[in-house]
Amino acid sequence: MTGTSSDQSAGTSSVDQRIGRIETEFRAKRDAGHKLLVPYITGGYPGWQDAIRACAARGADAVEIGIPFSDPVMDGPVIQQASQAALDRGATPAAVLDEVPSLDVEIPLLVMTYYNLVHHDGHRRFAHRLVEAGVSGCILPDLPLEESEPWTRAADHEGVETVMLAAPTAPDDRLPRVAARARGFLYSVGVLGVTGERDQLAATATALAGRLKAITDVPVLVGVGVSNAAQAYEATRVADGVIQGASMMRRLIDHGPDAVGDYVAEVRAAIDRD
Amino acid sequence: MTDSTITDTTTTPTRFDADSLMSEPDSTGRFGEFGGRFVPETLVPACQELEAGFREAWADPAFRDDLDTILRDYAGRPSMLTECFRLSEHLGLRVFMKREDLNHTGSHKINNVLGQALLAKRMGKTRLVAETGAGQHGVATATAAALMGLECKVYMGAVDVDRQALNVFRMRLLGAEVEAVHSGSRTLKDAVNEAMRDWVATVGDSHYCLGSVMGPHPYPWMVRQFHRVIGDEAREQCRAATGADPDVVVACVGGGSNAIGIFAGFVDTDARLVGVEPAGGAAVRHGVPGVVHGMRSYLMQDEYGQVEEAVSISAGLDYPGVGPEHSWLSSIGRAEYPNVTDDEVVEAFQLLSRTEGIIPALESAHAIAWLSREGHTMQGQTVVVNLSGRGDKDVAQMMDVLGDRGDA
Ligand SMILES: Cc1ncc(COP(=O)(O)O)c(C=O)c1O
Repeated sequence: MTGTSSDQSAGTSSVDQRIGRIETEFRAKRDAGHKLLVPYITGGYPGWQDAIRACAARGADAVEIGIPFSDPVMDGPVIQQASQAALDRGATPAAVLDEVPSLDVEIPLLVMTYYNLVHHDGHRRFAHRLVEAGVSGCILPDLPLEESEPWTRAADHEGVETVMLAAPTAPDDRLPRVAARARGFLYSVGVLGVTGERDQLAATATALAGRLKAITDVPVLVGVGVSNAAQAYEATRVADGVIQGASMMRRLIDHGPDAVGDYVAEVRAAIDRD
Repeated sequence: MTDSTITDTTTTPTRFDADSLMSEPDSTGRFGEFGGRFVPETLVPACQELEAGFREAWADPAFRDDLDTILRDYAGRPSMLTECFRLSEHLGLRVFMKREDLNHTGSHKINNVLGQALLAKRMGKTRLVAETGAGQHGVATATAAALMGLECKVYMGAVDVDRQALNVFRMRLLGAEVEAVHSGSRTLKDAVNEAMRDWVATVGDSHYCLGSVMGPHPYPWMVRQFHRVIGDEAREQCRAATGADPDVVVACVGGGSNAIGIFAGFVDTDARLVGVEPAGGAAVRHGVPGVVHGMRSYLMQDEYGQVEEAVSISAGLDYPGVGPEHSWLSSIGRAEYPNVTDDEVVEAFQLLSRTEGIIPALESAHAIAWLSREGHTMQGQTVVVNLSGRGDKDVAQMMDVLGDRGDA
């Protein structure tokens, strides 16, 4: 269990302070004036591997791979539907992770899933599985700061970067504590609500990103409710980048992996505009 | 183990029920290793605000007075403790029923809902969101919303919308909006997910009126406090009737609110506490600790940690988890959690109807089914059964199950 494969961490004495691959790359890109784009793709949904390859080829800086869970409370209809379809086809955490090495992409990968799958597997074991699969980071949207310690201890130990979520409802005194625990980047929740496309970028999206930028040097990415290229542009005028899930998955569901790639290129072009 | 950044909330000045085995959970909302607050970050401040609001209200005599008054003048409390002579004779026991079926809206659910609705108003909320299984909690919430002038939205699994059509109509009549949930197993667990999604989006003006002793802290504790009136009354009533505490206290367990309410009155006596689960939703017996719906508790799940679907004849017990305090009471051996089959429940439903002239809710019939199966092992003992609800809502379903036999 003691992370034989986590060679990145070899020789690093202060594991908790180590800056991992995602954060290193994201800080460097941000500091060079590059806006960050992280698509979300549901693992196990038909065409998911090609969709991730297309993301990598067309301008994504990292990809968030969803491991489907039976009770996805932070997800709206599109991602619920994708998760259910993946589960119906037999997607399991191990089956999804087993395929990750064969994706053969250059950008870092994260896993987004719900805490019970981690809890059930065991914190150390799950963290170790991620490392073995070549996954650099992890997002658990139902594991808030106060409950996160058993997981983050294991993740830090194995060298997995735990992305923390910050929400528009947080009072000012909470945000620095959330930011301090964030590794990789800080996920600025764009809207009061679950994943899904919206006509407009919520005012809360840029407001929260602004509050976070003022208190942390960790890259700040807006996710949930960023629904098209124009909204991604708008969000990245304040934030360092965006995460897009429902709009990616709708394209994968309706049109397949190539459409995801085209869309990534479109968002990329939009956020690269000055 | 816990990190130093833990509390935004004010630390407790008073610890409620400090001298009871069922006192407050710890500062992380845990009963032993069960409970906690596993919610999306968006909801953390709302849970903290609710905890602070509840603490303050529960310590305020004016709030307690208001609640006692509506429980008495509107819900009909105290509910009676009825000695069941013919059933007692049939089973060789001395059986009392705590008549939560006689409360306004027909079940124990109203106790909790009136408490939460009063609290929501006090906290300035204008809308209640609820999940419901059998529809009893939904009806109770719609009722409280009507009484207090709050908006109300109820989520109900599509399967339950079909089998509890009468309650759906009732909720609409009371002015609530009912939405059928088509995701997952389309029962109670999925209704909870959908209610939580709603709350994530509406947390500013809405209160999530959770219907059982489950969910993130402070719900399991708060909902227990609102239901402990059941046990507190029953203990006094039993002493008045028999001069002693009962030997056994029995209740059905879905999320576990009616059971925890009656257990709270007897946990510090010598009474044996029995929570009866449906065979198809036996979280305590067959589950392992897991995290869903904001809490760590026993949970039925597959080998990967996907939550399994419960299957029960009663919509109100169709839940793969259980409230964390029950997990704890089980883990320390203070309460036991056997289960009964649907067939045994159908028998018990008829038994109580015919021996006592009381048609029980299918949920409550689980407690009677256990008593009827195990009664021979406790001959002569005094048993208090929590009759959590009345069976009107189940009559149409039982017509299908029994066919003409219901008229026999
Ligand atoms: C009459 C009745 N009893 C029991 C229950 C189960 O809930 P709990 O276990 O929280 O008491 C329900 C739920 O709908 C119910 O309607």
